[in-house]
Amino acid sequence: MLLNGQNLTGGYGGADILKGCSLGVDRGEIAVIVGPNGAGKSTAMKALLGMLNLREGSVMLDGKDISGLSTQARIAEGIGFVPQTENVFTSLSVEENLQMGAYLRDDNIADTIQLIYELFPILKEKRRQAAGELSGGQRQQVAVGRAMMTRPAVLMLDEPTAGVSPIVMDELFDRIIEVRNTGVAVLMVEQNARQALEIADRGYVLVTGENRFTDTGEALLADPEVRKSFLGG
Amino acid sequence: MRALVAFAIMAGLLAAVWHVQSPTVALGMLNLCLISAIMALGVNIQWGYAGLFNVGIMGFAALGGVAAVLVSKSPVGEAWTAGGAEIGITLLCFVATIAATIFVHRKTRGRRGHFFLVMLVAVIGYLATRHFYGPATDAIESVNPGKTGYLGGLGLPIIFSWIVGGLFAAGAAWLVGKIALGLRADYLAIATLGISEIIVAVLKNEDWLTRGVKNVTGLPRPVPYEVDLQQSDWFREKVEGFAADKLAGLTGDAKEDMLSGLITEYSGLFVKLCYAGLFTCVLIVILTLCVLALNSPWGRMIRAIRDNEVAAEAMGKDVKGRHLQIFVLGSAVVGIAGAMLTTLDGQFTPGTYQPLRFTFLIWVMVVVGGSGNNLGAVIGGFFIWFLWVEAEPAGKWLIDAATSGMAADSGLRLHLIDNAQHMRVFVMGLVLLLVMRFTPGGILPERVKAR
Amino acid sequence: MVEWLNPLILMANFVLLPGLVYGSQLALGALGITLVFGILRFSNFAHGDTMAFGTMVTILFTWLLQSWGVSLGPLPTALLALPIGILATVLFLLGTDRLVYRHYRDVNAKPITFLMASIGIMFMMNGLIRFVIGPGDQNFLDGERFIIKAREFKKLTGLDEGLAIRTSQVMTVVVTIILVIALFWFLQRTKTGKAMRAYSDNETLARLSGIDPERVVRITWILAAGLATIAGVLYGLDKSFKPFTYFQLLLPMFAAAIVGGLGKPIGAIVGGFIIAFSEVMLTYAYKKLGGYILPEEWQPDGLLQLLSTDYKFAISFVILVVVLLVRPTGIFKGKVV
Repeated sequence: MLLNGQNLTGGYGGADILKGCSLGVDRGEIAVIVGPNGAGKSTAMKALLGMLNLREGSVMLDGKDISGLSTQARIAEGIGFVPQTENVFTSLSVEENLQMGAYLRDDNIADTIQLIYELFPILKEKRRQAAGELSGGQRQQVAVGRAMMTRPAVLMLDEPTAGVSPIVMDELFDRIIEVRNTGVAVLMVEQNARQALEIADRGYVLVTGENRFTDTGEALLADPEVRKSFLGG
Repeated sequence: MRALVAFAIMAGLLAAVWHVQSPTVALGMLNLCLISAIMALGVNIQWGYAGLFNVGIMGFAALGGVAAVLVSKSPVGEAWTAGGAEIGITLLCFVATIAATIFVHRKTRGRRGHFFLVMLVAVIGYLATRHFYGPATDAIESVNPGKTGYLGGLGLPIIFSWIVGGLFAAGAAWLVGKIALGLRADYLAIATLGISEIIVAVLKNEDWLTRGVKNVTGLPRPVPYEVDLQQSDWFREKVEGFAADKLAGLTGDAKEDMLSGLITEYSGLFVKLCYAGLFTCVLIVILTLCVLALNSPWGRMIRAIRDNEVAAEAMGKDVKGRHLQIFVLGSAVVGIAGAMLTTLDGQFTPGTYQPLRFTFLIWVMVVVGGSGNNLGAVIGGFFIWFLWVEAEPAGKWLIDAATSGMAADSGLRLHLIDNAQHMRVFVMGLVLLLVMRFTPGGILPERVKAR
Repeated sequence: MVEWLNPLILMANFVLLPGLVYGSQLALGALGITLVFGILRFSNFAHGDTMAFGTMVTILFTWLLQSWGVSLGPLPTALLALPIGILATVLFLLGTDRLVYRHYRDVNAKPITFLMASIGIMFMMNGLIRFVIGPGDQNFLDGERFIIKAREFKKLTGLDEGLAIRTSQVMTVVVTIILVIALFWFLQRTKTGKAMRAYSDNETLARLSGIDPERVVRITWILAAGLATIAGVLYGLDKSFKPFTYFQLLLPMFAAAIVGGLGKPIGAIVGGFIIAFSEVMLTYAYKKLGGYILPEEWQPDGLLQLLSTDYKFAISFVILVVVLLVRPTGIFKGKVV
């Protein structure tokens, strides 16, 4: 797999939140992490990003061990991250948000911005507007666009559909599928488990920091036990 | 334990001053140490208990000072006849303006033209106030301007002013607190900085009230005068008894000379000791109240609010109300100390209120002493005042030594020696930063460690 | 001659021009405060003394240049010494950041701790300034004092009212315009400037985007030092240099920054002019203007001065209080809490 976290164990200093879970995603794939509240979904993502100290386990990116790298270094290595909240610079224009996403790049970013505008046409229309003035769904598109400005091999999204309406959620998922189709590996944490698994090539069900079920999205949706315990029947 | 050691060291330092410099210097220093300690206690109530950042200590101390004048000076009858009624109308007009402004604000809130209406009322009221103000103050200030030119005070014993000073400061604090509490902490700092500048500006310029920069001198004392002591038989006998060994063996004129010298010296010391006694009483009373308050349920609540405002608010505590209470109480203590200081000086000189000395130095005392700890504030007040006073000669000596290689009349050397006194300001900043960085708890850290 | 020009010239001479000049000085000072607030998130109480420090170094070098006989002709020699003043202030602020503030950033201290540390630094700078140059007034203006004197203006135009324009006044306004344009160009157009705005807007996301916080902080201090020194020197040339006056400028500068919205550069500029014009307009005695525009029988007896100049601080304070009560975020929606 392109990005692979093995046997992730650790927490924020107190008791372990992750107890040896393993996650991964490959090129052109959408992997979704679902599970009940407090299962450590977001923590697992943060572990992959190097935002907490792991006691055990390793993170590999494209065959290279990145376990010892800082968050910034991992981003430079090709991981894009969209936080759940406060994920845009509200007082900056849409275009400036994208430029800031490419802060670490020294080459010409015009092509990448063009690509983002093709993926998210609404952003081109609003490129001079402050990101804070956009609607929730549009903001999420800015956030994803910003994270993609480093041309990451892996894009991580922390609950991208939190707090948006179902219609907007569907549109966001459509966009995420398009992002995947450009060859990017997409890993996301989702509350809306059913809808997310529908578009997932790979699904992880986490419970109390451990892997409970791992399969394709389709298979998980079909699994009666998963349906009963995690998808509400 | 730690407190005992700290106080013992402090006592030792003062004793050293007594022997090396002179008893007069030591007692003078002790008195100011006591006043500083009270001021520091007041600030500690605000900062240490509740985390409120007050940068207007100077203003509250100055309000205490003006209370000393207004309570103790005898009224100037002529001035009252000349402009008393007019100034009364002016004040009424002023109060009415404020009341009307608030009334209109409340009545028209949220409606169109609200801001305009409020401003209109305020401006009309202001102009009316000004209309009465000019003639009134002119009349008062023209009454014997060389000596009075103001309304005078109530002619009561000056010791009452300590309470009145506290009340004045409390009133001002209530006003500032109403406006600035509940906003970002920085805003309180800036608002208090502003109000203190304004208070001092008022005291400097409203001659009819305080004679402004012409100063009010000769405030009555709560303790005996040296001259009276020197002439009283009772004091003479006491000195004879006290200094018997020094007088022994002396006779006639020699004895008389020695005795009158001793009486002059001791009368000064005695007055200072009386002050020290009074100040110590006030300090003990306030300190006791502080300690009791801090350990009461009320004190625990205040600290709970400081440590987690959100949680306290969620539990139904009236955070803003408690903060206002604390802010008013702390400022009142500063006002008391301010009145005591003016009493000790025997004169009111608005020009001497400088923020470095009256606001920021007190802050250094609280931080160095240990914010949140009452005894810490006291020891901080003592220690920093000692340092502040002694840093001046020390700095001079240091510069003198450092530049001893230069020619005695070198311009640079003279300049440096001349300005050496200012280095103590630098030293204070350095002490503050070092303590904040390396012993954030101060000399006596708060016992219940927060966070 | 056109009589109605007289009251206009009177106002221009005593209200418009002083307001513009003082407003420019406040705006430059408030910009430094607001930049530091936006990036480091605390109110820098040492800013007034930073201004005084930079001005002091500039004055010392001006004196040195003067003793060498160097001059800029009609312009003040201080302009030549200014870069050295800025450099010294930059080094001083970077030094204090390295030795003091950085530690508190590392331990994620509350804003109030930074504020207290800034008071410590204020003390140190204040002591240093008094030690080196003394607490007294210093005048370091040389060159041509006036561009046009009141008398010349009257002769030239034949009006009763004169308009005196001092070199330092024109310099203040011109320098401010240039600096403000340059600063906005920097913040809006350059990658580093955008990174600063991004960092001010959302620190976490800025870090995630690879923006180096330490670099942003360094640039902020450099800008603050430059702006403070220039503001201080312009103020000193226009009025005079006295360390305590510079400390007292803190209040109007903070008021300007808050009125405009803390953290918003445009707000600091607008706020600076609001405060300056309020001060000038409320403390100006309008008696003479009344003489021009009011009919004979309405002539007032008094000076028609709304507030004595001794209370100019009260104006900043009242504006500040009104803003805190009505709209704590300021005109341009600065940062709250």
